[in-house]
Amino acid sequence: MNYSHIIAQLPYSEPFLFVDALQEVSKEGIKGSYTFSKDLDFYRGHFKENPVTPGVLLTECCAQIGLVCLGIHLMATSDLSNLQIGFSSSEMEFLLPVYPGEKVRVRSEKIYFRFNKLKCKVQLYNEVGELVCKGVLSGMFKITEDGA
Amino acid sequence: MTEAAHYQKLKEIVAIYLPEDVSVDAITQESHFINELNINSANLVDIVLDVEDAFDITLENEDMDQMETVQDALGIIDIKLAKES
Repeated sequence: MNYSHIIAQLPYSEPFLFVDALQEVSKEGIKGSYTFSKDLDFYRGHFKENPVTPGVLLTECCAQIGLVCLGIHLMATSDLSNLQIGFSSSEMEFLLPVYPGEKVRVRSEKIYFRFNKLKCKVQLYNEVGELVCKGVLSGMFKITEDGA
Repeated sequence: MTEAAHYQKLKEIVAIYLPEDVSVDAITQESHFINELNINSANLVDIVLDVEDAFDITLENEDMDQMETVQDALGIIDIKLAKES
């Protein structure tokens, strides 16, 4: 199945979109992928002469796929033009580095989605299937009525 | 369980989510969760989920909307317990 309608509703764009495709989406969880292109600008500075993907961006990739894409699916409403989202907590552990050009896969499992708060268990794997990082993320989803 | 016991139990739950700059002694029945105790809306959800477990009740979105102060929460707990008993 093609989930491009979910990606189309994401409130991100280049250079801060970290979702390429979604492979599975259900009420209980989601799977998606992203390739960290060699050309991304931050590699010039993280680190000098030694490009490695920053942990904060691995966390962001997990949050965009695992929380925001899943949240959009769970909101189950067609009009998300007034959707407001907020990242409310993250607790991550990092096990392996991700180098420029690597494709990563994110898996997220819903812990709960209640009172506009989505809390998930996320895992990010590299191309050969090794666990790169894992943790628990949560975010708030709200549709504002006046669009303010 | 008495009213005082409800209050004590709720206070113990709220205390877990207080930010570092607010002391447990600041919690009173009149305390406003967000404006006075500096609890954010994400942590308020966790308080509600803990309250559900502790009192064995289920809260709805409307209950959450009305839960601004400690007193509001105690009132909602009482109503729910009365309905479910």
